[in-house]
Amino acid sequence: MTTTDRPAETGHSPARGTSIFSGRQAAVPTVFDRSVPGRRAGSLPALDVPAVDLDDIIPLAERRRDLPLPELSELDVVRHFTRLSKRNYSIESEFYPLGSCTMKYNPKIDETIAALSGFRNLHPLQPESTIQGALHVIHHIQAQLAEITGLPGVSTQPVAGAHGELTGILMARAAHLKAGRARRKVLIPDSAHGTNPATAAMAGYEAITIGHDRTTGELDFDDFRAKLDDDCAAIMITLPNTLGLFERRIEEICRLAHEVGCLVYCDGANLNALVGNLRPGDVGVDLLHVNLHKTFAVPHGGGGPGGGAICVAASLEPFLPAPVVTRHPDGTYAFDADRPDTIGRVHGFHGNFNAVLRSYAYILQLGSDGLAELGANAVLNANYLKALLADDFQCYVDRICMHEFVLDGRPFREHGVRTLDIAKRLIDHGYHPPTIYFPLIVPEAIMIEPTETESKQTLDEFAAAMIEVAREARETPEIVRAAPHLTPVGRLDEVRAARQPDLRWQPRQAAGQAH
Amino acid sequence: MNPSDLQYTKEHEWLRDAGTVAVIGITHHAQDALGDVVFVELPAIGSTITAGRSFGVVESVKAASDLYAPCDGEVVAVNGLLATTPDLVNTDPYGDGWMIKVRVTGSTGDLIDAGSYDAFLATLH
Repeated sequence: MTTTDRPAETGHSPARGTSIFSGRQAAVPTVFDRSVPGRRAGSLPALDVPAVDLDDIIPLAERRRDLPLPELSELDVVRHFTRLSKRNYSIESEFYPLGSCTMKYNPKIDETIAALSGFRNLHPLQPESTIQGALHVIHHIQAQLAEITGLPGVSTQPVAGAHGELTGILMARAAHLKAGRARRKVLIPDSAHGTNPATAAMAGYEAITIGHDRTTGELDFDDFRAKLDDDCAAIMITLPNTLGLFERRIEEICRLAHEVGCLVYCDGANLNALVGNLRPGDVGVDLLHVNLHKTFAVPHGGGGPGGGAICVAASLEPFLPAPVVTRHPDGTYAFDADRPDTIGRVHGFHGNFNAVLRSYAYILQLGSDGLAELGANAVLNANYLKALLADDFQCYVDRICMHEFVLDGRPFREHGVRTLDIAKRLIDHGYHPPTIYFPLIVPEAIMIEPTETESKQTLDEFAAAMIEVAREARETPEIVRAAPHLTPVGRLDEVRAARQPDLRWQPRQAAGQAH
Repeated sequence: MNPSDLQYTKEHEWLRDAGTVAVIGITHHAQDALGDVVFVELPAIGSTITAGRSFGVVESVKAASDLYAPCDGEVVAVNGLLATTPDLVNTDPYGDGWMIKVRVTGSTGDLIDAGSYDAFLATLH
């Protein structure tokens, strides 16, 4: 990737920057560049089984001789990856205020439990009688999520938020079709998560956008009423919405939708603002997915295994993905695949069991009181941080927020500074930037979610860095525009990276011919 | 700032009425809000577009956004330069950054003139 490298010694070096990085560094060569012909990372023991001629088992024509595998010693490999890991930024080293993503700390006990050999060494095709413990976990978390969401039908098969959405909307479609209703539209507020329109389209529906009220930040109620009709299969609403605001008319929205047979899908990605304090099923939501990797302690980032459990009202239970885990009268558990109205399997082997297991442990660890405190602290932390920033940053909608809030970066334009510059400058101050330019409805958006796991001290320190960047933007905008200064590389050429993606390493001598 | 000979949508597309065909693109404000454009997906020649409905997608380093048709029409030309140089949308949104030409077949949507569009933009700030 091309970078516009700016050495820190150019005079723009900020005296007060506190980057976790140690300034400009030479590029780390790839393991391929470090390769030395013939070097090995260990020696194999003497052969003690009969030798087989390779030609007998893999014909020559099917073998590659040009495979450019690196040749390295064990120490070469260890040092290479240790060096790279020092440049990593993670929740275990630093604060990560990435709005919409809920980058919170996940307790180590849940990792330990997920690593227990009795779970870790299970094979997904083992007979049911030998995996009763795992089935017990799935059956119990189904009940826990039903209690938390107020929606009794639960499947832990979906493995991501958008996967849970698609599962839910396919269930809504199956329910409509079973009732003879061939509906065509799904309503989606422009303050909903960005995956919602894609979900509706993938399920065969036309996504109809509903605007938002500029003053309250909530769904534009008149627009909703105008677009709601008996051709709407569902409304997909995010609660709290992506502005971090609670839809105070949610019960009325659900009631009006139900009057025309329109189901209410709630995107549960922001559930940690509500958990333990409001059950979406109680206000009229029919379907909701839970991001186990946001609310319930499954580590995420980098696309690692997640969980998008789907929770539905009793009337929609028959359509859940099969199989579901059931409990026999004798106390044993089994997979029940005999479900005639099911939408079918949405993932192999009952989803990411390991993620489900972490969430199960986390829910048991916190208990109902702990979960309620989690939700309250997520909201308290966001409002505390928002108040600390109030003199230096403008909120898009200035009212009490839920677990996150969105700043409007436009006031910095008069200094020639844009939100991207502020984000880059924060890196110099040692912080992963918040989410920027999302939600799309906020110009120059800066979306901050501190999560419930951060202390007051961390929030104070982060606010101080944000306020310092705001001061720099006003007084020395050239420093902010040229940031970051203290990182191993400077500002990446995002345009070229997007237009000319070069994702695969090629040996230099073979470049241009091995594609 | 916005050319007075064009008509505009509140979704930030412009339309230039050139007799039998109309030229369509996105406004300076749109390209400025999007940032560096990296990809433009346009309909095929011969396809039809419907006023108020999406006819393509413009993608920047920040976001992908739908393009909304300012009128009903049949696509008679597509700006092929945008496939290799999508940055024309940023550098010359009213000129070389045009997107499609259509033969207008029916009604236009709720188009507004440059003065009204400028006033609309002012409400966004």
